[in-house]
Amino acid sequence: MTSLSKTPDFSTASPSSGDEPFLVVDDLTVKFPTADGLVNAVTNLSYAVELGKTLGIVGESGSGKSVSSMAVLGLHDARTSRITGSIRVGGQEVVGLSEGRLQRLRGNEVAMIFQDALAALHPYYKVGGQLAEAYLAHHPKASKRDAHRRAVEMLDRVGIPQPDMRAKDYPHQFSGGMRQRVMIAMSLINDPKLLIADEPTTALDVTVQAQILDLLQDLQREFNSAIIMITHDLGVVAEMADDVMVMYGGRAVEQGPAKEILVRPEMPYTWGLLSSIPDVDADVDARLVPIPGNPPSLLNPPSGCAFHPRCPHVDKVPGNLCSTELPDLLPARSGPDHLKRCHLVDPSAVYQTEVLPEIAPDLVEEN
Amino acid sequence: MTPDPTTGSTAADFPADEESVQRASFANLVEHASTAVELDTSKRPVLEVEDLKMWFPVKSSGIVRRTIGHVQAVDGVSFELLEGQSLGLVGESGCGKSTTGRMVTRLYDPTSGSITFDGKVDLATLSQREMKPFRKDVQMIFQDPYSALNPRHTVGAIVGAPMRVHNTVPEKQILPRIKELLEVVGLNPEHYNRYPNEFSGGQRQRIGIARALALQPKVLVADEPVSALDVSIQAQVVNLLQDIQKEFGVAFLFIAHDLAIVHHFCPEVAVMYLGKIVEIGDRESIYRKPKHPYTQALLSAAPDVRQAVTGERRQRIQLEGDVPSPINPPSGCRFRTRCPFAKEICARVEPPLLQIGKRHKVACHFAGDLGNHPDHPITAGLLGVDETGAPDAGATPTDSLPGAGSSYGDTWFDLSTKTISHA
Amino acid sequence: MLGYLVRRLISAVLVLALVSIAVFALFTYGPRDPAESMCPESHCTAQRLESIRENLGLDRPFFTQYGEYMKGIVAGREINVGTKNPIECDVPCFGRSFKYGVNVWDYLKPRMPATFSVAIGGAVFFLVIGLSFGVFAARRRGTLADRGIVGVSLLINAIPYYLLALIAYLYLVSKFGLFPDSGYVPFTDNPGKWLYALLLPWLCLGLTYSTQYARFSRGSMIEALSDDYVRTARAKGLAQRTVVFRHALRVAIVPIVTIFGLDLATLLAGTIFTEQIFGVQGMGLANLQAINIGDLPIIEATVLIAAFFVVASNVIVDLLYSVLDPRVRLA
Repeated sequence: MTSLSKTPDFSTASPSSGDEPFLVVDDLTVKFPTADGLVNAVTNLSYAVELGKTLGIVGESGSGKSVSSMAVLGLHDARTSRITGSIRVGGQEVVGLSEGRLQRLRGNEVAMIFQDALAALHPYYKVGGQLAEAYLAHHPKASKRDAHRRAVEMLDRVGIPQPDMRAKDYPHQFSGGMRQRVMIAMSLINDPKLLIADEPTTALDVTVQAQILDLLQDLQREFNSAIIMITHDLGVVAEMADDVMVMYGGRAVEQGPAKEILVRPEMPYTWGLLSSIPDVDADVDARLVPIPGNPPSLLNPPSGCAFHPRCPHVDKVPGNLCSTELPDLLPARSGPDHLKRCHLVDPSAVYQTEVLPEIAPDLVEEN
Repeated sequence: MTPDPTTGSTAADFPADEESVQRASFANLVEHASTAVELDTSKRPVLEVEDLKMWFPVKSSGIVRRTIGHVQAVDGVSFELLEGQSLGLVGESGCGKSTTGRMVTRLYDPTSGSITFDGKVDLATLSQREMKPFRKDVQMIFQDPYSALNPRHTVGAIVGAPMRVHNTVPEKQILPRIKELLEVVGLNPEHYNRYPNEFSGGQRQRIGIARALALQPKVLVADEPVSALDVSIQAQVVNLLQDIQKEFGVAFLFIAHDLAIVHHFCPEVAVMYLGKIVEIGDRESIYRKPKHPYTQALLSAAPDVRQAVTGERRQRIQLEGDVPSPINPPSGCRFRTRCPFAKEICARVEPPLLQIGKRHKVACHFAGDLGNHPDHPITAGLLGVDETGAPDAGATPTDSLPGAGSSYGDTWFDLSTKTISHA
Repeated sequence: MLGYLVRRLISAVLVLALVSIAVFALFTYGPRDPAESMCPESHCTAQRLESIRENLGLDRPFFTQYGEYMKGIVAGREINVGTKNPIECDVPCFGRSFKYGVNVWDYLKPRMPATFSVAIGGAVFFLVIGLSFGVFAARRRGTLADRGIVGVSLLINAIPYYLLALIAYLYLVSKFGLFPDSGYVPFTDNPGKWLYALLLPWLCLGLTYSTQYARFSRGSMIEALSDDYVRTARAKGLAQRTVVFRHALRVAIVPIVTIFGLDLATLLAGTIFTEQIFGVQGMGLANLQAINIGDLPIIEATVLIAAFFVVASNVIVDLLYSVLDPRVRLA
């Protein structure tokens, strides 16, 4: 495959040859030295995303989900972060890459969209200008007119009515949903192979969210791009993701095909997420079982399994294994694609017999 | 203190509450977790809101600032809140739900309409002075736990302030009461001397709840109480609110955009659009048998975890266009510009909020089950107009339509038989 | 926008009117009797005092005097001085100096270019120096360079301006002769000498005021650099320079424009210390001298002119804000 001694120019990088998925993250660790100590934001993270597929990364604040994705684009300040491990984009190693080469990658092969479009777009420049800027950054030989034309084209493609007029507007003159479309247009203007969406619909109304998710899926089908969807909303994951990775305390605690994880989850944190999020169609007898306690400190993470202080199933594991030994990421019952990090011996049994009857009595399989 | 996006550190890095890290077994957790709250219609109403309006004036930009229009943020809503029960107020941005909540607590002075408290007093027309004693009875919990608490006051000062302002408790007993309240909301009672920035978001929200409870209110208006919190903390706070309701018999006006949480917490729900209530009823009616196209679209848009399990994906109803401006709302039915079933009558005649079930009202000329909307307007006869909305000389409009006002009646308009029938 | 402008101008005029009434009242009813000031110490009789008072019209009602004064400013007037013919006082007429026997405006006008040169030049210096160091420090936040800049600016800030200027003068002009002695050379006479003479005053002003701007712009830049749109700009693959200047600085600079406008206004009204120490015949010095000898008309005039600059700069800064920040719609 691609040899690492040659650094290909990103504008002509060939797509993954089929051997390796477009994005491969291998044993990624990100630490931040702070005045209070070393913050272990991400530890030993490994995952991959293929073109045309969507990976959903689920976690709460402090889980490391955003930190890991920003590392893919090399967006962390080299002075205040320590990154080890490997991130390969289209075969090219990104960790340790020079700023100049990273700039050629960002907004070009890999693009990112953020949560609050009002804050993420520059308040003083017209929307058309911001899109054109994104285009010109990677097509320096193009004329301003070309860039502007492309900008209007993209605004049209994402469903903004009267795109040529609206290109002259400022971000604050758009509604929330339209602004998010603008962000999407800006990220896709250079036909990226990988789109990282960091909580793109969290601040939006539910009908608008539906529109945006549909739009992303359409665009994915059209351009065959890989998408990483970072979210805390399992519903969004259920709709969009092919694969899911659940993060807690900077590590992956469960990952695998989305359907697998949602139907046969094998890690108590995932159970906790599923049980603490009500559903519009839920049975009235379903209980809202919260996860007790607070997210873990990344300065002083708990010993052993990071989740053990909040885990209601610790009593099912012999001895004090949970508090002394970090569980490895091992395959679940269903197969090698589904990995989980937990000491429980027979998690699926626990889930079926104890948890599911409480949180979704109507879904209990007749055994 | 929001989590630092680069390092991920949160306020949880400060000393955590000891009791919040109890190692409960799953059985324990389940015991304390609540199922959805049930509806009890035998209770009498503690709040009866009728035709409440909030119109904000829009001033011109010339040399002399004249009022050239109004933002019709809330344009005539009517509902009732039963004692010790909860009513959910859902809708998207700009629908007026937060404004309604603020009118009920008199943070805004309503432009017109009435808010009858406990069947005795109209809160809407009271002066600020007359309102003061009633502030004990109607309290509010706010959305953003990071800005709702004064960072310069200790937790004890925050929770104790209402008691001092209203003189409900003698000074000596205030501290014991503060500690009691902190314990009720699940915080360490010894932390009353700490400052808000030493607590996490979920804990701050609990402090806000303790403050709201200090005066033993009968009504709590919760304006998006969990939207700003992490998912796992949301469930904790929702459970807490349910516990509080069970123990103290507080009625909740629960304002939220998250349909799922409202489904769990509120036995009754009102759906708002552009300042009006388009559908209101008990949980079963709204969530399982919605009759208004907007409610149906809203429910279809909610992302669904169960579909992955059951494999049945909900059919998504796409709404065209953007929400119209509340300064110049569409004539007749406000939803008609985006409604797939809109016809001529919708532009000419505003559909009334009509009672169509024991505890179910809807404001639509073509109200019906999903996929089964009628071809002819159901309201034509009742309003004395023909199919296009023009006045019909032959027909006589019904005097008082079932469902007018804040409460429900014994008779309603049955959609299947298209007549007014009894319980 | 037009409506806003008109309303703003009306309120500006009202403010100036109020200030002028206050100033006029202060000086008319103040501790110093204008008539006494005009009456030479040696042979001042009660009679002479009385006649001066009458000539100056000090026995007339307050608003008549005030009205006359204001009329003078907008349309010129005639001033009675003793038995001679009334003196023509062209617009803007701020009265007649007690001590120098000339119209105040004729006295102040030639001194304005000097003050303006000092003020504007100094302002350019402190803005450029302050911004440069502020942006530099913000980009290297937490490093030794950043802490050095903050420390040095605090140090300079602690030194009173007049002390700094005095030391600069004593060493750089008197002792080492690096800079010329004479304070001001009009631009029209000799541009080169004009620049050379003003260089040291500009540097002193620049250095002193730059500390405030360095700290302020550093804070503003740090905030802008941590804002979401900067993260987006980096994620787009833009070069770091573009991100810092086109994106972050563009936003960070807006609040600085506000204080710059106000600072400049204050300076235009008269840079007293600078003029005194470097011997620049400007308005500030004129004001100082007038205060010492109690020449009220001059003092009144300089106060009003200062008020005018401050009010005008406020209006301009507000309007500028709406140009710089498209979200600000003046209503």
